[in-house]
Amino acid sequence: MDNFFGGLTDGVAYGAVYALLAIGLVLAYKTSGVFNIAFGVQAYASGALYYTLHTSHDVAIIPAFIVSVVLLAPLIGVILDRLLFRFLRSAPEMSRLVVALGLLVAIPGIVQLKFDQTLAISSQGIVPHGDTVYNIGPAVLNRDQLAIIVTTAIVALAVIVLFRYTAVGLRMRAVVESSRMAELNGVNSDRVSMLSWVLTSFVAGLAGVLLPQITGNQVVDVYYTTLVTAAIVAAVLASLTSVPLALAAGIGLGVLQEWLNRFLPTNSVVASNIRPGLPFIALFLVLALDPRLRHRRGTTDPLANVDPPPPAPVAGTRSSELTWGTRIFWCVIGAIYLYYVFFHGNDSVLDDAIRIAIYAIIFCSIVVATGLAGQVSFAQATFAGIGGAVSAQLATQQGMSVILTILIGALVAGVVGMVVSIPALRLGGIFLTLFTFAFALAFENVFLKFGWITGGIFPEAEPRPQLGSVDFANNKSFLALCLVVLVLVSAGVVLVRGGTTGRFLDAVRGSQVAAASIGISATRARIVTFGLSAAIAGLGGGLLTSYEGHYTPTNWATFVGLFWVVIVVTLGPRTIEGALQAAFGFILFAKRVLPVWLPWLINHIQPFGHVGTLPAAVQYIFFGLGAVTYAKHPEGILEANKRKPMQKIQALIDRRRSSGEPPETATSGAAPA
Amino acid sequence: MTLLDARGVTKSFAGITALDGVALDVDAGEMVGLIGPNGAGKTTFFNCLLGMLRPDGGTISFDGKDLTRVPTHRRARLGIGRTFQRIELFAGMTPREHLFVAERARRGDGRLWKDLLGLGRPKPDELARVEETLELLSLTADADRPIEALSLGRGRVVEIGRALMTNPKLLLLDEPSSGLDHNETAELSQILQHVNGERHCAILLVEHDVPMVRALVTRVFVLDFGRLIASGSTNDVFADAAVRKAYIGDVV
Repeated sequence: MDNFFGGLTDGVAYGAVYALLAIGLVLAYKTSGVFNIAFGVQAYASGALYYTLHTSHDVAIIPAFIVSVVLLAPLIGVILDRLLFRFLRSAPEMSRLVVALGLLVAIPGIVQLKFDQTLAISSQGIVPHGDTVYNIGPAVLNRDQLAIIVTTAIVALAVIVLFRYTAVGLRMRAVVESSRMAELNGVNSDRVSMLSWVLTSFVAGLAGVLLPQITGNQVVDVYYTTLVTAAIVAAVLASLTSVPLALAAGIGLGVLQEWLNRFLPTNSVVASNIRPGLPFIALFLVLALDPRLRHRRGTTDPLANVDPPPPAPVAGTRSSELTWGTRIFWCVIGAIYLYYVFFHGNDSVLDDAIRIAIYAIIFCSIVVATGLAGQVSFAQATFAGIGGAVSAQLATQQGMSVILTILIGALVAGVVGMVVSIPALRLGGIFLTLFTFAFALAFENVFLKFGWITGGIFPEAEPRPQLGSVDFANNKSFLALCLVVLVLVSAGVVLVRGGTTGRFLDAVRGSQVAAASIGISATRARIVTFGLSAAIAGLGGGLLTSYEGHYTPTNWATFVGLFWVVIVVTLGPRTIEGALQAAFGFILFAKRVLPVWLPWLINHIQPFGHVGTLPAAVQYIFFGLGAVTYAKHPEGILEANKRKPMQKIQALIDRRRSSGEPPETATSGAAPA
Repeated sequence: MTLLDARGVTKSFAGITALDGVALDVDAGEMVGLIGPNGAGKTTFFNCLLGMLRPDGGTISFDGKDLTRVPTHRRARLGIGRTFQRIELFAGMTPREHLFVAERARRGDGRLWKDLLGLGRPKPDELARVEETLELLSLTADADRPIEALSLGRGRVVEIGRALMTNPKLLLLDEPSSGLDHNETAELSQILQHVNGERHCAILLVEHDVPMVRALVTRVFVLDFGRLIASGSTNDVFADAAVRKAYIGDVV
């Protein structure tokens, strides 16, 4: 009985955390149309400021609370609305999700420039003497727990009142449906949307200062984001719309988790693997089974076609000479780089080149999933990891040929990708993305703890591949192997993009019902692309595992995979060029640009102070803010910035040609509307 | 020969009966009209025919096959093409690409391995068929413009072209003249007659434009509040008092 009531009261307190976060997600989705995956890092910003002020600088509770929650949190909301989301009101739901993902990566970077990364947990939150215990009937609760329960109840009530009984709540929903339509009815969309963001961010701030006391965590961004991810299940159970359901589901999840904690034997597989993964398994099951989520349409602005159509890609508007010119230019640059790596580079340069080639292969998988199929997958790191694990286990335990194990690893990853995509097929859009996210987290929390997948804590060394008499133990020959694989994968992606599958995917993206009306099965097209994408990721994973000699779980953490999406989406998700540039960025930014190149540049152009190694956070800020441009340039910022210079060069070629020949339009692509 | 045979098709949404035992048949190569006031259930009936909605009762057979458990894309491959009342085009594609995708879908060989072996590129006979349909619909001049740059009227013709590329035995047209001006409507009528004559494809036309319906079709079905209130030859139906009351009033 003690366990039952203890679990219930602790569970309600813990569940109140989930409920508060889930209500925040529902509030954000209903009032701004954004599935705010960055909600956790917004909370982290307020939490970090509060605990730094209160713990490190001895600022009293009330002023610290006012500065961090009443001032900073809404300010973040205003900034996000003014600088970003007000321009995205008629952008597709997916674009807004990717922008929020960019913030998820960038905001912790910005916070960490100013504050220590791991702030120790303070003994005191916003409630004085938080550990004072009260006995309420059979329940035992401390003041911190009471504080979060009361706060969650008040927030839930306020939000319900806002949506049910106030005019401003109605206006918020109207602006989300169609800001232009709302404006035509006399609603000031700008003001309403700013108010939405202020409210949502305030709730995030509240959560930020309350959470660490209950969960016993340090004030670190990853903990906040993990909690928000766990809370997603409650938000999804509420179909992202019902506040009472989000409240009930959040508390239910907390209680269930506490009971499992108390009633399951502590040394079983279930206890060590299933329990920590419970919220992610629950999310996975809810997304796969909840019938309400099927055939759910995203909000579409009836006035969306006021916007001009997007410009044609550069490749479509340039003449064949210029296309060949650019190709030759890049081949020459590539040849010079490889010549340097093979004949003059030291070990470190060679190591960079191998990793760049492998990550370029992995990023091609994102080109397939996001660039071709238009779906954002958060599980690419998991698929790559599966490829790596399978290859390592088969090579070390079964003694199979490493080339063969890498191929089998890719195949297994591909099959897993297809199987994962089947229940997610009817979902589409952000729910498909969340499904991949749930899969990745569940896999990480449940399966990665089994030794037969990872090879244990100290896995046996995986050898390098051998092909006939060629041994790839030498790094230069291994690089050659990676380059061959990269060329094959790139060619495959280009062929698929230009072939039947690519065209069908374009059609499904354009209009799923119209595609079905001419006999194209969106289901089949998506399964095939997910499988292909996962297989490519798995191939890269196998190569990296063989290169490093063992399976390294940190390479394949889910949050690493999120950063991959951000970096590829920033640079160009539709092209091989984008994947290559993303791989260069991913490897070189942390290893060369921040510690050496940028400080050198800064120290040479200004005489004022010396700059040392730049913090790693700069990388996250740089690419995180880069992904924010996705909504404006879904083709990637490099592609977008290429357009003007390319048009100028094209104009120059045309002018020179027309001086000799009769004038003709060289552009093979579309004329502007 | 009966091509489409729908019997007793019933569909309700949350207690509202949108279709109540509708029976309708179309012969091969025939042009048939389906009219009725807004909200009569015409688009719902189309969606049931194509499997985008699952009817609560009744049977639909096409070309002798029962369609009850056949998914939408398979029905399309069996030979039912359609256009949409709210135009549905593939953003970012040109009309030529629209037609090409449909031609590829008709051939039904979207195998990934073929793409990977470089066999996915357009073939000369596919391009020739696309060209032929572009000419049939006088779309050649607009063929390479982005679809967003075309007017609504031209967009509707592209939809018809896309449906035609799948070699339909039956074409379902959902209010093709809505939003078109007088000239565009006249042109559309000509195109439909042309298509029906040259491709021998049956047409089931949902339309509000009574003169256009009278000029094109030989038989008409009239829906009102989800029930079939009249059917028969065009002249008989338009003379029917109940039809005039429900739909036409004193206009004609």
